[in-house]
Amino acid sequence: MKKKCIFAFKPKACTALMAKKTLLNAKDIHIILHRLACQLIENHNDFNNTVLIGLQPRGVFLAQRLMKILQEDYKISNIKLGQLDITFYRDDFRRRDEPLAASNTTIDFIVEDKNVVIIDDVLFSGRSIRSALTAIQSFGRPTSIELLVLIDRRFSRHLPIQPDYIGRQVDVINSEKVKVSWQENDKKDAVYILSNN
Amino acid sequence: MKQLSTDHLLGIKYLKKEDIDLIFNTADHFKEVINRPIKKVPSLRDITIANLFFENSTRTKLSFELAEKRLSADIINFSASQSSVKKGETLIDTVNNILSMKVDIVVMRHPNVGAGVFLSKHVNAKIINAGDGAHEHPTQALLDSYSIKETLGTVKGKKVVIIGDILHSRVALSNIFALQLQGATVKVCGPTTLLPKYISSLGVKVETNLKKALAWCDVANVLRVQHERMDIKYFPSIREYTQLFGINKEILDSLGKKIVIMHPGPINRGVEITSDVADSKQSIILNQVENGVAIRMAVIYLLAQQIKK
Repeated sequence: MKKKCIFAFKPKACTALMAKKTLLNAKDIHIILHRLACQLIENHNDFNNTVLIGLQPRGVFLAQRLMKILQEDYKISNIKLGQLDITFYRDDFRRRDEPLAASNTTIDFIVEDKNVVIIDDVLFSGRSIRSALTAIQSFGRPTSIELLVLIDRRFSRHLPIQPDYIGRQVDVINSEKVKVSWQENDKKDAVYILSNN
Repeated sequence: MKQLSTDHLLGIKYLKKEDIDLIFNTADHFKEVINRPIKKVPSLRDITIANLFFENSTRTKLSFELAEKRLSADIINFSASQSSVKKGETLIDTVNNILSMKVDIVVMRHPNVGAGVFLSKHVNAKIINAGDGAHEHPTQALLDSYSIKETLGTVKGKKVVIIGDILHSRVALSNIFALQLQGATVKVCGPTTLLPKYISSLGVKVETNLKKALAWCDVANVLRVQHERMDIKYFPSIREYTQLFGINKEILDSLGKKIVIMHPGPINRGVEITSDVADSKQSIILNQVENGVAIRMAVIYLLAQQIKK
């Protein structure tokens, strides 16, 4: 198995050779994001005691988009959004061919005694979320931690981690890759499945 | 660039500009980490580091030790005064004995020039030079440049004067290399007896008038007079040195501009710098100390990254 190709951040040269199938288009994503926003409101009301944490690098786009929807479409103000980098908490330090560059962490609010919603684009092995659970505790002891993902690649978990809010569940084999593209970064909202054939 | 181009940190002269940029970018992240409620990351929990100090040190040793602990490394400390070095053991034997306890990284301060380079050729571990004689002190120069960058936004194009005992200073040499690599202009200022004869061959300007040097610069890095390294008298008296090369509030006020004051510590208050200057808003001495931990975390992290499982 080519292990390199299953990670979310794959070299461009590798993705260029892969077949691309659209899983979700911009309209699907729009509907899903609104549903996720409503589910968050259902559980967290006015977000007085809740904070959102987008995982670097690509969970941040999803978190920002959800915050925008909550603020503009559902008129919830005072939502606290932070971004968390998990590079220093990863369990594959010194085990990768290519070292990972860290990204910024910005959490300028108190996490202690808050309900934290960790937000990421794709849930695959669960290892990033395991790292995030350790990383977030450096900022204090939250009352609870939930997980929101746009894509849940079920049946591929390495750890006992499951999301609380799911955009779409997909069954893809390990050699396939799920790529979420965002308007802000990639000029288009879409989710693709990339495969070798 | 995500990896250092060198296998060890022996001196700034072995680094490229890209290495310094990578260290600074990584240090930015670690500076955020050390300001969290829990200031520790688990990255290096399977790495063991030996701190070998064959020469006295307070802040460098503490700073390295704290950086290592913040990265969750296991550490062992060694100081020459309590060791078998006194019984005649050679440097390679001492280090190899320590390495057989499965040590991955060695942080070493040694009174002899080139001790780090020598060790890197003979032992199988990453070496970080924490000061070798009057040669180099790379992490100090990195944290100095990082502090300048943090205060002034950039190092490129800035004018930095290094004042005082250049002759005995490893901080001066490493700073000259680091600042020039990043595009700063460097001047040295001090009594002619404490300026190395061929210092200008490094591309630095020499100035013996303190006021002129201060009027020229954006940053003044004030060095300590290293009495312990002076086997002969280099200037008539401390009082005279202070009068000619001591930084005080009057001289700074007379410049008509605000310059940044730095000092690698420990400070001889009232000798090379007065207390009111050292404790003023112009002084970034304590920022240097804080940045020292972040820079050392970055260096250790980046070198540890090269040690493959």
